[in-house]
Amino acid sequence: MAGVTSINLVEHALLVSIQDDITDTEILELQDRLSTKISENRVDGVILDISALEIVDTFVGRVIAQLAGISRLLAADTYVVGMRPTVAVTLVELGMYLPEIRTALSLTHALAQLRRV
Amino acid sequence: MPSPSYAAFDEKDLGAQVLLSQYKLRTSGDAVTVRQAVARYMKEHGATALSVTRFATAVSEIARNAIVHAGGGEFSIYVDPRAKQLTVVCWDKGPGIEDVELALTDGYTSGGGLGRGLGGAKRLAKIFEIRTAIGGGTSVLMSVNL
Ligand SMILES: Nc1ncnc2c1ncn2[C@@H]1O[C@H](COP(=O)(O)OP(=O)(O)OP(=O)(O)O)[C@@H](O)[C@H]1O
Ligand SMILES: [Mg+2]
Repeated sequence: MAGVTSINLVEHALLVSIQDDITDTEILELQDRLSTKISENRVDGVILDISALEIVDTFVGRVIAQLAGISRLLAADTYVVGMRPTVAVTLVELGMYLPEIRTALSLTHALAQLRRV
Repeated sequence: MPSPSYAAFDEKDLGAQVLLSQYKLRTSGDAVTVRQAVARYMKEHGATALSVTRFATAVSEIARNAIVHAGGGEFSIYVDPRAKQLTVVCWDKGPGIEDVELALTDGYTSGGGLGRGLGGAKRLAKIFEIRTAIGGGTSVLMSVNL
């Protein structure tokens, strides 16, 4: 059941698929891996796929914001895709609006947005 | 002087509910384990996707609080015999919360958090009760209808 969060190059974007049971140590490692990958590859954008996440609590919400922050600092556009509707409703109730994060409906949409820039 | 009484819940608070499972909370992985266990049980008993996400998120917040603010704790899942309600109790022997009203206020954190966990859990769980004593730990009880 424990999946590994993967980073794959899709067109000129890095696709990060975050697993539901990701732990604190894996998150630190992921931040590291992501920043290395961004600087190694010539990427236009980073797409965080959170469709595997059954919940997003304040902790995971903060992690998503941090990952987006890192990739933006390294000059890559960032999109979050695949947020489940139930997760969106719950985030609003938590009072987490993730204002700095751009969401896209799907991977296809996010890639289309990135091609435009 | 009486010994410090832990701010706990007991049989009286749980009524006819029976213990389903019990977990130790030490690492963030344990918080994931308990919220996944709660979600699995709710899904098996026909809870809606929204109800599962809301309650599992509340569970994650209070489990993480026990780990982060109290150095760990214990987590129990109870169900009533007809399985119409699920109750969780999360308790720790940490420092306790001095001002519960303040802790429940959105944006209040004593650490580097967002301060939305406790207040958020209360909104998400509907049935939410907290007992705490300075130096005597913290217990949170939350219930959801199945
Ligand atoms: N089990 C606990 N033991 C001791 N103090 C606690 C406990 N749970 C919560 N608190 C106190 O209540 C405050 C508010 O908790 P809350 O979960 O809302 O915010 P947080 O944990 O600081 O940040 P986050 O938004 O990441 O959850 C905490 O900062 C802490 O001081
Ligand atoms: Mg918290």
